[in-house]
Amino acid sequence: MAIFIDLLLNALVIGILLGGFYAALSIGLSITFGLLDVVNIAHPTMLVLGAFIAFLLNSTWGIDPILAGIISTPFFFILGWLIYQVYYNVFEKSGAESLRGLAFFFGLLFIIEVGLIIQFGVDHRLVEAPYIGESWNIVVGEEIDVAIPFRLLVAFVVAAIATLSIHFYLTKTFFGRAVRAVAQDMMALRLMGVDPIRVKRIAFALGVATAGIGGALMIIVLPIEPSVGRLYLGNVFAIVVLGGLGSMSGTLLAAVIIGIAESIVATFFGPSWAPAVSFGILLAVLAFRPEGLFGKTAGAH
Amino acid sequence: MTRNVTNRVRVWLLAGLFVASVVLSGSFATTAQAQTKDPIKVGFSMALSGALAGGGQQSLVAIQLWAEDVNKKGGLLGRQVELVFYDDQTNPKNVPGIYSKLLDVDKVDLIVSGYGTNLIAPAMPIAINREMVFMGLFGMNANAKWEYENYFSILPAGPDPAVGFSEVWFKAVQEKFKPKTIAFIAADAEFAQNLKEGAVRNAKAMGMEIVYEQNYNPKTADFTPILRAANAKKPDAIYIASYPNGSAGLVRALAEVGTDAKAVGGGMVGLQFAGLMAGLGPMLNGIANYDFFVPEPTMNLYPGASDLIARYQAKVKAENLKVDELGYYLVPWAYANVDILGQAVQAVGSLDQEAIGKYIRDTEFTSVVGKIKFGKNGEWASPRTLVVQYQGITNNDLDQFAKAGTRKILLPADISTGDLQPFNALRK
Repeated sequence: MAIFIDLLLNALVIGILLGGFYAALSIGLSITFGLLDVVNIAHPTMLVLGAFIAFLLNSTWGIDPILAGIISTPFFFILGWLIYQVYYNVFEKSGAESLRGLAFFFGLLFIIEVGLIIQFGVDHRLVEAPYIGESWNIVVGEEIDVAIPFRLLVAFVVAAIATLSIHFYLTKTFFGRAVRAVAQDMMALRLMGVDPIRVKRIAFALGVATAGIGGALMIIVLPIEPSVGRLYLGNVFAIVVLGGLGSMSGTLLAAVIIGIAESIVATFFGPSWAPAVSFGILLAVLAFRPEGLFGKTAGAH
Repeated sequence: MTRNVTNRVRVWLLAGLFVASVVLSGSFATTAQAQTKDPIKVGFSMALSGALAGGGQQSLVAIQLWAEDVNKKGGLLGRQVELVFYDDQTNPKNVPGIYSKLLDVDKVDLIVSGYGTNLIAPAMPIAINREMVFMGLFGMNANAKWEYENYFSILPAGPDPAVGFSEVWFKAVQEKFKPKTIAFIAADAEFAQNLKEGAVRNAKAMGMEIVYEQNYNPKTADFTPILRAANAKKPDAIYIASYPNGSAGLVRALAEVGTDAKAVGGGMVGLQFAGLMAGLGPMLNGIANYDFFVPEPTMNLYPGASDLIARYQAKVKAENLKVDELGYYLVPWAYANVDILGQAVQAVGSLDQEAIGKYIRDTEFTSVVGKIKFGKNGEWASPRTLVVQYQGITNNDLDQFAKAGTRKILLPADISTGDLQPFNALRK
């Protein structure tokens, strides 16, 4: 029994921490895809770009990866700003964003990936930090202890701060409400004298900016190589949809649910089932709540 | 007058015909000459991006070195060698299309495989269907289901590679610790599954009880739950058959969660790559893993390999190539893969696939990895896998892995440079 409790407790803790990490990967997409309806399938590759920038700063100057993520965030904001400008002028303005816009982001994905291969090669890269490879062991009872890997704890804390900051920014500030308004009724916003394209541009840039810190967390948790983003493409979209399009708190909760499900299944039923269970949860939730956990129903719009 | 004109026309016609015949015969001769001097095209897919690109890129450089060497000596059959290759992105789905294009559009004369079982298996039906000789680079039992007589494997794991690959690890562990229980963690991939299947047979043959056996998905982000679940069964040894992402994830999980198992490792692909060795550094200490070539002083099995690796490292440095800086793991083997095919073509004196296949089956070759004789299913007649243990790694510098001492050879006994230590004895 003690072994069972030990495994269960550890699976829950790791699941929650892993969920925080998944949230950090998904939050940017929750803004661009969930709120702005821009299918940025290049987002996971932008995260990999963020991870490589963290690697570069860490391996060259010994800068802590989290700090490196913070440093690179303004760069990603500008990158997002420019990308949206091109996307709007070439596709959205002419109403050709659905398929050609998707192809645009697909192309962007490849350009970033090939650029990374040319610059960094294809080897797996890792970073050095005092919290990587160490864990905090908490004795809970006889034969029961919880080991918390610092790298996951750091990832969770940073991801939670970033996610909640964005959540409060979007719900409590005037600009945040404007972003939510643009997602609901662009015309109404225009009638109120606000330029919806400017709002969308800033919001898109904000979504892409999360790739700086998200990428740093990625390389703290995983070894990375230029194409690793493709592995997580399905997961991040699944989390955004499960949480409810446009809901930041929903994204965080969905990520934690997926994290716990994966961790418990990996512990008790076999790790090869973990992804199937995650997507099973997505299907089950969508069957009963097509708008996702925290998404607004069509009527609410 | 009329006769004169007619004669003049005849003369001009004859002269014209003569000139035309000379020009045409000349151009035919030139074409025929060009055909005989056309390069011999060697086609292959290679993992130049994706999870196995760390191995694929260094294999490509090794094959390019071979082509340079051959062309310097006048080529094959008096023709220069030209390499035609495409990036399979470490995606098995891309492989059949690539080989179809190589054979139908590029009209290559010879084919060799890309790197790794997962990328060899999808090419097998095409090679068999087109009756091409097919050299496989690090394919784990890739021909077991096909039994194709013109497939030849460059993997020193013996006639039954699934068993031979891990046999030496089990011998080393059994000799030292006599474990009663064992746990298996394996990637959900062709190579890892074949390897695990052979390792399970070795464990059972040595009377070990299997207390945990699970596969993990390549998308797994964190391995601590898997390791905890394995630890809960209190195994004396943990055998891991993993690909680079999983190998790194499991090494980190071992550092964070720990284990009481005395022996850990076995079939962890990627820990031989420069990027991962440097990135993981001291976290590797204690892991006992397979390998094929390490810079230990007794590593004199393959006299040509050291020179080749030195050339590879110089090329990587001089041309600033973004590939594995050390190249110990794959360079000699990727070179031997094409070298043997080239030797066979030269000996047979033609590109007749059946004759080349027969020659390879019947001949003992000498290449940069020593003497090679192929046995059943094109596998090696005898195994030459090493088992090494990571010891004394104190930092993340890559240079230490280019020197002796960080990967001690445990077996084969005749080239051993160290003793197997309990996993935790080498952890801080």
